[in-house]
Amino acid sequence: MGSMRRQLIVQLVLSAALLAAVLIFVFQDFARRFAEESQDNVLLASATSILETIAARDGEVVVDIPYAALAMLGSVSDDRVFYRVDRGGAFLTGYENLDLPEIASGARTAFATTRFGADPVRVVTATRVLSVAGKSELVHVTVAQTQDGLSARLSELFQRALQLGLGFFVLASALSVWAANRVFRPISALAGSVTRRGPSELRRFESPVPVEMAPLVKALNDFVERLRRSLDRSEEFITEAAHRVRTPLATVRTQAEVLSRRIEKDENRKTLRQMVRAIDESSRAAGQLFDQAMVNLRTDAMHPTHVDLADCMSDVVTRLQPIAELRDVTITSDLPDDCMVSADPVLLQNAFSNLLDNAIKYTAPETDVHVTLHAQQDTAQISIQDNGPGFEEGITGRLTEGFVRGAAAAGTVGSGLGLTIASQVVEAHGGRMQLSNRKKERGACIDVFLPRLPA
Amino acid sequence: MYRRLFAALAGIVFAAQVAAFEIESETDLPVAHPSDTLRILSTADTQFFLPAIRSFQTAHPGVAIRYVTASSTEVVRAIEEGASFDLVVSSAMDLQTKLANDGYAAPIDSSATQRVPDWAKWRNSVFAFTQEPATLVLSADAFQGLALPAHRQDLIETLRNNPERFMQRIGTYDIRDSGLGYLFATQDSRTSETFWRLTEVIGALSPRLYCCSSDMIDDVSSGKIAFAYNVLGSYARARSVSDPGLIIIEPSDYTSTMQRSILMLRDADAPDAAVRFVNHLLAETWDSNGIMRDVLTLPAPEGNAANRQPIRLGPGLLVFLDQLKRAQFLESWENAVVQ
Repeated sequence: MGSMRRQLIVQLVLSAALLAAVLIFVFQDFARRFAEESQDNVLLASATSILETIAARDGEVVVDIPYAALAMLGSVSDDRVFYRVDRGGAFLTGYENLDLPEIASGARTAFATTRFGADPVRVVTATRVLSVAGKSELVHVTVAQTQDGLSARLSELFQRALQLGLGFFVLASALSVWAANRVFRPISALAGSVTRRGPSELRRFESPVPVEMAPLVKALNDFVERLRRSLDRSEEFITEAAHRVRTPLATVRTQAEVLSRRIEKDENRKTLRQMVRAIDESSRAAGQLFDQAMVNLRTDAMHPTHVDLADCMSDVVTRLQPIAELRDVTITSDLPDDCMVSADPVLLQNAFSNLLDNAIKYTAPETDVHVTLHAQQDTAQISIQDNGPGFEEGITGRLTEGFVRGAAAAGTVGSGLGLTIASQVVEAHGGRMQLSNRKKERGACIDVFLPRLPA
Repeated sequence: MYRRLFAALAGIVFAAQVAAFEIESETDLPVAHPSDTLRILSTADTQFFLPAIRSFQTAHPGVAIRYVTASSTEVVRAIEEGASFDLVVSSAMDLQTKLANDGYAAPIDSSATQRVPDWAKWRNSVFAFTQEPATLVLSADAFQGLALPAHRQDLIETLRNNPERFMQRIGTYDIRDSGLGYLFATQDSRTSETFWRLTEVIGALSPRLYCCSSDMIDDVSSGKIAFAYNVLGSYARARSVSDPGLIIIEPSDYTSTMQRSILMLRDADAPDAAVRFVNHLLAETWDSNGIMRDVLTLPAPEGNAANRQPIRLGPGLLVFLDQLKRAQFLESWENAVVQ
């Protein structure tokens, strides 16, 4: 389809060119007529002034050409001048080889463009009836002028016309571009506002637009509305599904544990423990899959608010405290206040839960997991350190891809989604996550950097 | 340097040997190694134009020049008969205009021709390079005891009051023969009615009629005539240097001023040299402000420039060349002068 704006500009510019061409043509035609007419007028005035001096005296025709008759032609241009006077068809004086233009019957003057020698000349003839010795005789005065001055003037006028037309064209083109840009400004504005919107911003477009664009904006708003409703429904569905899957699993697990205490046979107890383990794994995998789905949804439709990182972290620590105690792991935290970030709190808690959960899971029993918050100039740094086996060389880059687990994961429950979820959330908030091994002691260290809101 | 053979200057050849027109003189101004030969047909005496030629040959040493003089009517006849020349120099402004009007002249557009003011050129083909006033030249002896006339009316009074002193002692152009005399007379008649009265007064005193200014000056100088009317001031001034008895008067009512002009012929055989000559002459004559300098030709006498009426080049001059107009004018003049 190409650009409507370009099409409009091209059409307007072509119209301007056409108008300019017409303008040049009309101006030139007018100028040519005007110049030719003024030459004719001077020639006629000259011929008439000669005609006026012709008189009959003693049966003879006397011609006394006035000085002004030819001088007036010289004052207009430097053109060569020829004339002749005829009496009843017989040459009287002047240039005998100058041709007379045909005079229509009844007319007193005639104009023609002919040649004198090799040069084109404009010729005018004026006539008068004279009474010579009682007899009527027709006297012709013919005056001619070369057209050098006329051509010079015409070429000057041609230049003028060309300049005028060109000027008109340039101005009209500039105005066309300006007008086209102006017409398309609301479209650009709408496109800009659509582009600038984050992927999750699903408000209606309310800024006023021209009538012609209203249906488009209405369609867009309807679409946004449908999209938002669909996202909401998906979120509700995931929450509901997570609940429906987890609750029965938890029930089964509790019953299995209760059962395991009553069983005395070691083999059976071992089998039951394996069952509990499998249930844990399923529950955890289901939880993380839902988390992952939620994260995917929410990062597309984030609702960032001001979040106090210290509060957020201590919530996470509190929530995971029971699991830590199960493994005889102590969580130590250092969380100074007043470190605000713009974030979706649900997502953020989800991410940190996964990270801390990992740390508790991989750290050696009866050791510590450290959670520290460190507020820098415009960055907030959260570090989670454990005393586990740490990361293998060369795997850190891949661990954030889904379903990849490190060597240390052998023997622990997990789906390999925890780091992926955390990493996606952190990136969605414009931060980054760094995996490393602790320098002095054994263990892994995960640093999360988030853009900090000014205090 | 180079040598010029001015010996040829003496080789003045009279009468028409080759040309069908009547020439007055023919002078060769050769150069040592000529690359071009320029042929100039002129109404001006060789002596008058020699400074201009020398100046040109100094600047352009490769151009030999043949300088032919003839009367103004013979000049026109020569060109109309197709005589082979490159440049025409003439004092007859009307005839120069006619040559250009009839298509014999070629235009020249150069920085030198652009200097010439519009009133001193026509069609970029005819260029004026002198301004020569028509003056009254009188003998101091002949006017002893009389007040010197300041203008034409004065002159008429003086002549009327002293007819016996001026009988047969007045010189003027025979305008039937002299193109310049005819030009001055016709321009006088355009300018003032006084002209015809003066002509009648002079005619009543049986004037002597001359072909040229130099002859009139000769006769005033020798005392043969008391004064001459419409004499070229430039010639008179040159003579007055050796003859303090000559008095030159520019009439204060008006002084017709002829402009000697040059044109290049369309059929010039050496057009390049001709263009160079015209450019050189005009560059020397006109300064960059369009003011004329008398550097190459005889200077005009000191006079009141306000009285001077330059005759303008242009088609108006063709009017008095009209066969019928000329016949009428000459008839009136003859009625007044030839009695």
